[in-house]
Amino acid sequence: MTELLGVPAPVLFGQLLLGLINGSFYALLSLGLAVIFGMLNVINFAHGALYMTGAFVAWFLLNYLGIGYWPALILAPLVVGAFGIVLEKTMLSRLYKLDHLYGLLLTFGLALIIEGLFRNAYGVSGQPYPIPSALQGGQNLGFMFLPTYRGWVVVASIIVCFGTWFLVERTRFGAYLRAAVENQELVRAFGINVPLLMTLAYGFAVALAGFAGVLAAPIYQVNPLMGQDLIIVVFAIVVIGGLGSILGSIVTGLGIGVVEGLTKTFYPEASATVVFLIMAIVLALRPHGLFGRPRA
Amino acid sequence: MKLGKMAACAAAFSLAAGAAQAELSDDVVKIGVLNDQSGLYTDLAGPGSVEAARMAVEDFGGTVNGKAIEILSADHQNKPDVGSNIVREWIDVEGVDVVVDVPTSSVALAVQQVTSEKDTAFLVNGAATTRLTNEDCAATGVHYTYDTYSLAIGTGKAIVEEGGDSWFFITADYAFGHSLEEDTSNVIKENGGEVLGAVRHPLSSSDFSSYLLQAQGSGAKVIGLANAGSDTTNAIKQANEFGIVQGGQSLAALLMFITDVDSLGLDVAKGLKLTTGFYWDQNDDTRAFADRFSERMNGQRPTMVHAGVYSSVMHYLKAVAETNDDGGKAAVDQMKKMPVNDFFAQDAEIRADGRMVHDMYLVEVKDPSESSGKWDYYNVLRTIPGDAAYQPLSESRCPLVN
Amino acid sequence: MTTLNARTETRAILGSPQAGYVLTGAVALFVLAAPFLGIYPIFLMKLLCFALFACAFNLMLGYVGLLSFGHASFFGMAAYITGHTVKVWGLTPELGIIAGALVAAALGFAFGALAIRRQGIYFAMITLALAQMVYFFSVQAPFTHGEDGIQGIPRGAFLGLVDLGETLNIYYFVVAVFAIGFFIVYRTIHSPFGQVLKAIRENENRVISLGYRVNHFKIAAFTLSAGLSGLAGATKSIVFQAATLTDVHWTMSGEVVLMTLLGGMGTILGPIVGAGVVISLQNYLATVGSWVTVIMGAIFVICVLTFRRGVVGELARILRGR
Repeated sequence: MTELLGVPAPVLFGQLLLGLINGSFYALLSLGLAVIFGMLNVINFAHGALYMTGAFVAWFLLNYLGIGYWPALILAPLVVGAFGIVLEKTMLSRLYKLDHLYGLLLTFGLALIIEGLFRNAYGVSGQPYPIPSALQGGQNLGFMFLPTYRGWVVVASIIVCFGTWFLVERTRFGAYLRAAVENQELVRAFGINVPLLMTLAYGFAVALAGFAGVLAAPIYQVNPLMGQDLIIVVFAIVVIGGLGSILGSIVTGLGIGVVEGLTKTFYPEASATVVFLIMAIVLALRPHGLFGRPRA
Repeated sequence: MKLGKMAACAAAFSLAAGAAQAELSDDVVKIGVLNDQSGLYTDLAGPGSVEAARMAVEDFGGTVNGKAIEILSADHQNKPDVGSNIVREWIDVEGVDVVVDVPTSSVALAVQQVTSEKDTAFLVNGAATTRLTNEDCAATGVHYTYDTYSLAIGTGKAIVEEGGDSWFFITADYAFGHSLEEDTSNVIKENGGEVLGAVRHPLSSSDFSSYLLQAQGSGAKVIGLANAGSDTTNAIKQANEFGIVQGGQSLAALLMFITDVDSLGLDVAKGLKLTTGFYWDQNDDTRAFADRFSERMNGQRPTMVHAGVYSSVMHYLKAVAETNDDGGKAAVDQMKKMPVNDFFAQDAEIRADGRMVHDMYLVEVKDPSESSGKWDYYNVLRTIPGDAAYQPLSESRCPLVN
Repeated sequence: MTTLNARTETRAILGSPQAGYVLTGAVALFVLAAPFLGIYPIFLMKLLCFALFACAFNLMLGYVGLLSFGHASFFGMAAYITGHTVKVWGLTPELGIIAGALVAAALGFAFGALAIRRQGIYFAMITLALAQMVYFFSVQAPFTHGEDGIQGIPRGAFLGLVDLGETLNIYYFVVAVFAIGFFIVYRTIHSPFGQVLKAIRENENRVISLGYRVNHFKIAAFTLSAGLSGLAGATKSIVFQAATLTDVHWTMSGEVVLMTLLGGMGTILGPIVGAGVVISLQNYLATVGSWVTVIMGAIFVICVLTFRRGVVGELARILRGR
């Protein structure tokens, strides 16, 4: 068995690959947070809860309506997105004039409610969700056995992430969005419906969380607390990448996943802490994050 | 002279106090069933244990020496602070006389502190750590159903004897996991095997892939799962996904309940060897209990914890009826004097350190083709007599023993 | 920079000072007599610990205008330190509590030095992330015993003389600790130092232009707040004889935010009222299990949407408007 730095090569590569898979979820979630923060100036604490909701919607579809994985991959994000739009219209939009912290506190409350409700109904031990038949089995990569489904997760999330990046950075809709972020009054003067734009942006970002939830369902089981601890890591990633930076959040999300994988090989005890350590270092050297620009 | 008078006086006083104590406080015997009712140990204990306690009370006749018996239950969420606070309040405010079940070793250890401080009986069924009858033993505590030592002896020895002599552990990072890993490691080494390494995971993990990968990389013949409940089932499922068993390594689930086998399905679980204190399909008595239990629990068959809760509550009530005293130490002392004889255990006894010694069983999960249907899951390979299954009293580190 | 409650009244609540004294006196009398009124003393002690925690937290949120989402790490780490020093090193409870509070203050200084570079949301997220590091440290470090926590911490004897195993003794001990902590908070707010803090909240740039080194004031306030949170956590560990991961988890940080928000941030009595409501809710709703989370979430949402001044803040407004 070949060794790299005293660690068997298969273990190292394997952990890196697993890190990349985790990183895919980080990227999808931090991307959504970045969009919401960029547009609404709100840190969406409910993001983890909505990710979990996405997984549960997929589970409901399968168990009560017999709708399988592939339709759920489209339907669940739509449901979660619609739910997000309702939240934004009825509650969040009333807080924009106030300090941004109220948005954080409101979404924190929402997260407690959503997670509490699911917890009451389904306990915390998790519901199994089967891997779709087309993606069962796996490939032997020589250094490790890669379950096909996990490979699919990486591919799907990278496609969606860069699709979103393209939408925001390279299309007319994205141009409106970015302009509205820079100067709302001016964009409004051009006759663009900014409140609608904000609602759509929130709905879209939340739908991304729902999508991540469906992707996660077959791997992690559908569990009411699945988003709770993830969200804190994703917060740190968004801070590292630079609040509001789309590309920053994607790259940092994937990168942190890989770094975690490395840490798991060399110093497993620190794998949960390393992201916060990086955050502290980045903040000390570049307070606006790796990809962020100073904002007023 | 003066001294003698004082001594007589003190004796009289203590006699009076003793007489005042030897009765059933508040004219009611209250049983508190404390366990996990929403988390990963819900199925193996949870509402089933409450129901089992209720069955025991009904079968006993509903009253003890003419005094009512009441049952309370609560969810400790697997958190030691939550558990010990509930028990403290139960004893202080509700006047609970005996606490039962308490899976999750860390919670059981916390509860043991409170019950021994407040002279309340504690019948441990769900928790496994041997610390409960060693460093942390108490005169008010009985460890009834099983422990990590007996699991290690049963499963660990059997696997090493079959040639599985190099091990890697995936261990739940709390008292129970550590205890199980340690006890099993000792058994492996005593039988000539070796332990190549271990990795600790937090309680209630969802993703085991990175731990499994480390286990795979270790090259050990056997991957020992020193965890329980949905942690074990998740680890087994993901090991399947990553092709661990196909790769030539075998899995050893050191603690598995019949409900875990049920949730995994025989296709995944077949061939696993495990140790249990009770299997419902052993004889007419066990089947009779299981039938009554499953009638009340939507068809679920009892785990060893459920059976243990029934048996221990019954034994406690008999002891209390005998002495007419529901003080913790008094009741447990009486329990230790009487042998246990029921469907769960035959001629079993509770030792000075609080360990209830009874036979354990090494079983193998059936192949789907052998099983006649739901809950027909085990072949009993051998019976491990109580003396061999449990840590000898001479090795106990319990201060009560010496 | 907008601050959280630029318009919140900071004057002593409930109008005239006399009314305040009468109210405080009544509350003090009730607290002293409570064990004889048939209220479960452990519940009262828990309430007092959390009330002190919320008061300490309010010092940051209400008077400096900085939302920390990491206060659980001070509360929980102090609990661990106290538990360890009392159980393993054999310190008397008061020394253990002082050790816990000092460590919490030192931790607060480190947090403050790192986080003070940013404000508002950034500050909240950075404190949250740092607190998460403390959480994982608590999971790993041997002296905390990970998931098991430190159990069976002896209550010991105060100064080696008064046995705290007696319920009444420990109750009055906790009352005394609370009184000391509350007095420190009260004096801080009404000192020149407190005035500068409030000025920073209202208009930071102006304070800078007046020649104050704002960051020094903020770090000092944060350290004090952390130390007092530690005092609360340390005392709780003596009362419940346990220090566990629950105390350092971020949901605990959320709880203290809720108490302060509900009671009224920037008011002196608000956090106490908030703690009272939240702890009572948790206690009486314990039987309905996880509904507690849902109800707490709902209170959060209602607070943020409808009465952002909190119970005491709104009450003060009504009384003044009369």
